[in-house]
Amino acid sequence: MHLSPDQMIFWQLGFIKLNATIAFTWGLMLLLVVGSMLITRKLSTELTRSRWQNLLEIIVTGIESQIAEVGIHEPRKAIGFLGTLFLFVASASLCTIIPGYEPPTGSLSTTAALALCVLVAVPMFGIADQGLGGYLESYLEPTVLMLPFNIISEMSRTLALAVRLFGNMMSGAMIIAILLTITPFVFPIVMTVLGLLTGMVQAYIFSILAAVYIAAAQHVRKPDPEPQQTAKT
Amino acid sequence: MDSMTIIAVASIVIAGLTTGFGCMGPAFAEGRAVATALTALAQQPDASATITRTLFVGLAMIESTAIYCFVVSMILIFANPFWNHAAAAVAAVAAK
Repeated sequence: MHLSPDQMIFWQLGFIKLNATIAFTWGLMLLLVVGSMLITRKLSTELTRSRWQNLLEIIVTGIESQIAEVGIHEPRKAIGFLGTLFLFVASASLCTIIPGYEPPTGSLSTTAALALCVLVAVPMFGIADQGLGGYLESYLEPTVLMLPFNIISEMSRTLALAVRLFGNMMSGAMIIAILLTITPFVFPIVMTVLGLLTGMVQAYIFSILAAVYIAAAQHVRKPDPEPQQTAKT
Repeated sequence: MDSMTIIAVASIVIAGLTTGFGCMGPAFAEGRAVATALTALAQQPDASATITRTLFVGLAMIESTAIYCFVVSMILIFANPFWNHAAAAVAAVAAK
């Protein structure tokens, strides 16, 4: 039974395998990088701009506003990581329209790698914001007894991120495969649409959760006070 | 009953029960979450963006427990290590 694209192997040398997961991931990377390079070749700040630039600006400003709403202090610093997470998982799910394509996020290796990236990024952003001592102190809050629980919660958050994304993607692909053997005309199309919807929702969830973890690792700051208006008499 | 039959019966029954029970709890919880979100939306329509976003994040967290049960069922049916071990042992005996 075809559980994941890991099992379609194109080329093998010893234990180094080029399977469908890696090949489709490379294809997605090519699509995202070449697409954005082509669009950002001639950026214009005039009133008229190409529709692709408009699309990119909508996406970037949308992600930035979401990140700011979650509570990260300087969204521009985090948008590289969080925006890429969202765009990768979203495009991995959207490309299921192409026949013969299997989302690489349907393999536990890809989702585990993404979750490990979040696991490494959260302390990096935390240390950049609070300094090493301040960040390590946050593990001792609210009391020193909570230290093992805080560490366990870090690990379980990472595991939950990986398994959530993997389970959603894999179940979508599997349901379509099973339905194709039972009622091969209309119903699989409906389930593909549902798979697209859950793919986009899961992409949003993955990046929003990563943003929430990063925001939790940052220092809570008081909002900037309003500039004092001096009344001239 | 030999060991392979026992393994097969146990895996099939437990896989079905896991998915059955594992989908009931999250379904109840998600129903309550959506009901509460709708009440909040009816009371404060201008906070709809925040409420909708928080609702989706909460639904995804609840859904993930259902996904855990689904993954366990899939493992039991398609990647069952006990079945593979028993099948390998039987094949080794038959090859001798």
